[in-house]
Amino acid sequence: MWPATMLLPDVPPEYGSTDDICMSDILSLSGLNKEYDTDAGPVPVLRHLEVAVGEGEFVAVMGPSGSGKSTLMNILGCLDVPSSGHYLLDGRDVGGLSDDELAKVRSEVIGFVFQGFNLLSRVSLVGNVALPLVYQRMGRAERQSCATRMLERVGLKEWLDSLPPRISGGQQQRVAIARALVTEPRLILADEPTGNLDTRTGRDIMHLLQQINRDSGMTLVVVTHDHNVARYASRLIYLLDGRIHYDGPVGGFREEEVA
Amino acid sequence: MIASLLGEALAAMAANRLRTFLTALGILIGVAAVVLMVAIGQGTQSRVSESIASMGSNLLIVRSGAPSHGGVRGGAGSLPTLTVMDAEAIGQLSRAALVAPMVSGSVQVVYGPNNWNTSVIGTTPDYLGIRDWRVVEGRPFSESEAMSGVRVALVGSEVARQLFGEEDPVGKSIRIQRSPFRVIGLLEEKGQSLGGHNQDDTIIVPLSMAQRQLFGTQFQGTVAMVMVQARTAAEMTPLEGNIRELLRQRHHLRTRAEDDFRITNMTEVSETASEVTGMLSILLGAIASISLFVGGIGIMNIMMVSVTERTREIGIRMAIGARRSDIMLQFLMESVIITVSGGVVGILVGIGLAMLATRLFDVWTLISATPVVLAFGVSVAVGLFFGLYPARKAARMRPIDALRYQG
Repeated sequence: MWPATMLLPDVPPEYGSTDDICMSDILSLSGLNKEYDTDAGPVPVLRHLEVAVGEGEFVAVMGPSGSGKSTLMNILGCLDVPSSGHYLLDGRDVGGLSDDELAKVRSEVIGFVFQGFNLLSRVSLVGNVALPLVYQRMGRAERQSCATRMLERVGLKEWLDSLPPRISGGQQQRVAIARALVTEPRLILADEPTGNLDTRTGRDIMHLLQQINRDSGMTLVVVTHDHNVARYASRLIYLLDGRIHYDGPVGGFREEEVA
Repeated sequence: MIASLLGEALAAMAANRLRTFLTALGILIGVAAVVLMVAIGQGTQSRVSESIASMGSNLLIVRSGAPSHGGVRGGAGSLPTLTVMDAEAIGQLSRAALVAPMVSGSVQVVYGPNNWNTSVIGTTPDYLGIRDWRVVEGRPFSESEAMSGVRVALVGSEVARQLFGEEDPVGKSIRIQRSPFRVIGLLEEKGQSLGGHNQDDTIIVPLSMAQRQLFGTQFQGTVAMVMVQARTAAEMTPLEGNIRELLRQRHHLRTRAEDDFRITNMTEVSETASEVTGMLSILLGAIASISLFVGGIGIMNIMMVSVTERTREIGIRMAIGARRSDIMLQFLMESVIITVSGGVVGILVGIGLAMLATRLFDVWTLISATPVVLAFGVSVAVGLFFGLYPARKAARMRPIDALRYQG
């Protein structure tokens, strides 16, 4: 059995076979359900998901509005917990973790990239990128140098001390990516990373993400409704009404077929 | 971690300067009020106990009088029953250290073209010892001078100012009730008494001279009061009993008859006074604390608003790895910084106001370390107490709800 990182990007792993959970899976969902309590009773959002993602994969999650892709993203990011079923992240069942343990997982294993960038507007770029390291209790000097290095890597070394509102949206998203990368997480979750950007900037951002996935072997899960974005991934999961409608190579799926 | 949070807290506060200032102002006023009020309370307290202490330590005052004639009772001193002999007998008691019989009255004194109305005390040299009153120029009179008819006088600083101006009073001759007296000493300045009476506006003359020349009464050898200093503080109460027993015996009072004298234990008076003024301090401090409390509510209010406004920021921080305790610490730190900065400035303002009050309104104030340290501690505590609920509210948010929040 080969580590998935070694297979990428040349040889795509075999998709769709969720039954065999191999050791190099960074995450796996089994029998996962999520329902929200409303006044009208529980409303199911995710139904019986069975997914395994190998280390180093680049997965796009698509689906129409209300298909449950944001909820899935929240669960994958340990921001929310499943109603039933299991979510194994790095071999650990996240369902049984306390709030502090979840925070630790978010701090050490996961990096987030949001649609709205979600930078702290009063804090400099270096400060924003260094923030996850603050919560890892890293010393100030080390934090600064890590953050500076990351900002250089995403091509923003001239703006270290600028404030986020002073730079463009594309640059802000690069800062957000640097912030996600700075802790060297195993899994990067990007929720509509190009949603607030124009096409060209969006393309640059996707190139950057793809490059990071290739260079560092970080697993990348991108939620999007944009086919052009999904094209950068190697694997596509299409959700419909809370179920997995398609799970396979990006090229093997046409959205028109759903309707 | 703490240093980083501190920096962020300062940045967050700087982003809302006016709001931070107004919130801190509430604490500032509260702390300043507490410091000022406690300073006034303690000033009064120390002033009162100083005044009492200036009367002399371990002091018992025996006054003559308080007789009753068929139900009509005279006040203390209304009947001269104490004599010099009584005083001498008291002096024989083993617990009595110093004894000074005294008479006093208001007289007109003249020096050259100046004249002045002042009080004259006729007493023995021990009087100065009891009252811990020094002669700063010249000398006190001796025991023999006190008992013989020498016309010598010690003048208080106020009398000296009024009669002599810039002149040196020692060696000068003054007239008291037309009798010439030679000034042999100038008394140390003692300031106001508790009743607002200027203790330096006085002349001390030998007892026998005063009795014979100035206050010639029909009862020879009587005195208005006898001041007695006990050897130690512990012996005051037993000495009081001894004196009572002695005087009753000397005055031939029957077992059921009332005393024809009164004994005042000045330590008891002092204790009562400091109790009262201590209560005053506490009361003033308590009233001022209300404004501190109101300031604290202001903190809580603003922190609640701040938490709500920054819901999304809280969500971001949680998403990138902040624990609940990190979020809590961040907001607690902000409220404590506000209250501490308000508190520190409040202490300075309070001290300034106290000094101003002393200068402009002649209010007695005393600033000691304890209330200042306490005020600082209280402002930290106010920040923690009133910041706790908002901080908990922030820390208890669910990350997804916080991230989704549209502010």
